[in-house]
Amino acid sequence: MTEIIVVTSGKGGVGKTTTSASLATGLAIDGKKVAVIDFDVGLRNLDLIMGCERRVVYDFVNVVHGEATLKQALIKDKRHETLYVLAASQTRDKDALTQEGVEKVLNELTAEGFDFVVCDSPAGIEKGAHLAMYFADHAVVVVNPEVSSVRDSDRILGLLSSKTRRAEKGEAPIKQHLLLTRYNPNRVEAGEMLSVKDVEEILGISVVGVIPESENVLAASNAGVPVILDENSNAGQAYKDTVARILGNERPLRFLEPVKKGFLKRVFGG
Amino acid sequence: MGILDFLKRKPEPSAGVAKERLRIIVAQERSTRGGPDYLPLLRNELLEVIRKYVNVDVEAVNINLERDSGHEVLELSVALPDGKPASA
Repeated sequence: MTEIIVVTSGKGGVGKTTTSASLATGLAIDGKKVAVIDFDVGLRNLDLIMGCERRVVYDFVNVVHGEATLKQALIKDKRHETLYVLAASQTRDKDALTQEGVEKVLNELTAEGFDFVVCDSPAGIEKGAHLAMYFADHAVVVVNPEVSSVRDSDRILGLLSSKTRRAEKGEAPIKQHLLLTRYNPNRVEAGEMLSVKDVEEILGISVVGVIPESENVLAASNAGVPVILDENSNAGQAYKDTVARILGNERPLRFLEPVKKGFLKRVFGG
Repeated sequence: MGILDFLKRKPEPSAGVAKERLRIIVAQERSTRGGPDYLPLLRNELLEVIRKYVNVDVEAVNINLERDSGHEVLELSVALPDGKPASA
């Protein structure tokens, strides 16, 4: 059975594509057959984060319109045998994706024996975001410890429980996973940033993972290597834990404690 | 905190303010979610009418839409200011 996971947030720039890339890669490392699809029509970016931007020939919309077969459009990951990327189209046509078209592609991926399809949603609550979430079985809602992001994710949680196929058909609801990213424990301790507990209390849902703010995330996207593959970084390890939890394993939350400053820094500040 | 930090003015911790503001706005948006789009407009117009008679704050008007089996209840509560009663 193919499980469809949407990575969504409402607000832009919170780490959806970073999360999609690392989640898909993590699932593939676990031996699962995974396709990760960029739903951001007109603003293709997942290919850059996955490091396959120069190998895009056909895209998602080409497959929907029958201009290419799914096999032609799926880009096989260089590092993992069972991981495939489906790039977004750069067309400016907002109606390039349709619900029927998306369903057709998802059905084909199911027939091809994929274990997971990760749908990287565009920001906002427009058509692209709606289509990315409509067929999902799981949702990873990416949120930053910041007021506008928290408010937007509450709105997205509401949409997930009303505007999706599972909701419309009265089936078991989508499994919602809250992922807190760009977390800075030092600022939380100083009272400058919402804590994990604060965000959980406001949204009424517990987190599936906390990704610490890390320089390694930018370094990874610069290089086109999903940060989960950077095993020395806290962010990479936190993504590994998150993927394990989504697969049903228990992992304690890590990297929530402030990093203590050295003696000189404590004396002279900085 | 370093010795030199005493020389800097410390900003007030702001996370508590963020949490309180979010708690209120999220609760308000949830209460009207799925309801008709005219609710915010209705709220504003009601506020204007009420303000003709009593000087109330924007936050004093609360609209709540509740769904029971088969029927909906639109609940409106207005917190009047302390002290002087409304004068016509």
